[in-house]
Amino acid sequence: MKSVLYIMVGTFLGVILYKSEAASWFRIYEMFQFDSFHMYGIIGSALAVGIVLVQWIKRSKVKSFFGESIHIQDKERSFTRYIVGGTLFGLGWALAGACPGPIYILAGAGYWAILIVLFGAVLGAFVYGILRDKLPH
Amino acid sequence: MLYQSWPWYIAGPLIALVMTVLILMGKRFGMSSNLETFCTIGGAGKFVDYFKVDLKSRRWNLLVVLGSVIGGFLGAHLLSPNPAVQISEKTVAKLNGLGFESAGTAYLPTELFSLEALSKPSVWIILLVAGFLVGFGTRYAGGCTSGHAISGLSNLQRPSLIAVIGFFIGGLIMVHIVFPLIFRS
Repeated sequence: MKSVLYIMVGTFLGVILYKSEAASWFRIYEMFQFDSFHMYGIIGSALAVGIVLVQWIKRSKVKSFFGESIHIQDKERSFTRYIVGGTLFGLGWALAGACPGPIYILAGAGYWAILIVLFGAVLGAFVYGILRDKLPH
Repeated sequence: MLYQSWPWYIAGPLIALVMTVLILMGKRFGMSSNLETFCTIGGAGKFVDYFKVDLKSRRWNLLVVLGSVIGGFLGAHLLSPNPAVQISEKTVAKLNGLGFESAGTAYLPTELFSLEALSKPSVWIILLVAGFLVGFGTRYAGGCTSGHAISGLSNLQRPSLIAVIGFFIGGLIMVHIVFPLIFRS
């Protein structure tokens, strides 16, 4: 039953990102050119609603749907890994025109070339795992 | 309405809703950790301990991935009679100048993502390098757009703000400095 719920949440996400064109290479390029408000509107309004809902979850001590208490982990404190990793990701995001979520969505939409991007991404994650202990974090 | 491009003020709040539902299911909204799960499935645990994780604990997120594949299929094949993305005229002009004639007429540039484009080795290299940067970068930064820009910033995390600034530094360098070097009309 839970499995069906996760699949449904993913399906909902896929439809939203496809239909809002957040999964379009063109929209990502346009965003980095500051030519349209569209992507900033999506991220900004997601944040406006997200901040309220997350603060509500934290303050109300609401339980999960399955009765467990909810713990939202804080991100580890650091600077280097976020700025360097973030910049590398940004380079790839703009070139591929897709972040990890849209990669799966575009595969479902039938853009087979995105599987090359996915292969590269899995390879990148693997190389990170190998180099992890040698990189500054 | 449903069949046209969805406006930002519908999409943004719905994305926040997806994040909230996942939190209320005791999980989190983060798509890039699945890349590590694929490494584990492919046997990467034999090489590095980092990839030795219990796959059962990652199963829920793979189901979200499966769902998003289905969502992409539905979005493209049932809900989008016209896939052309109406980007601004300024953007179309800039892309035409870089040799992207498909700007304004397609969902993804045919110059990079059509099957004909794959006959060019340079396109394979671009897509592989782009993917590699996405995979390496997100894991180094510990998250991508969903984990940092949406979830982390919603939880007012300073690390996520640093990561998102990084995303923009990288994206701006790519589009404004690297694109004119690698794409010519």
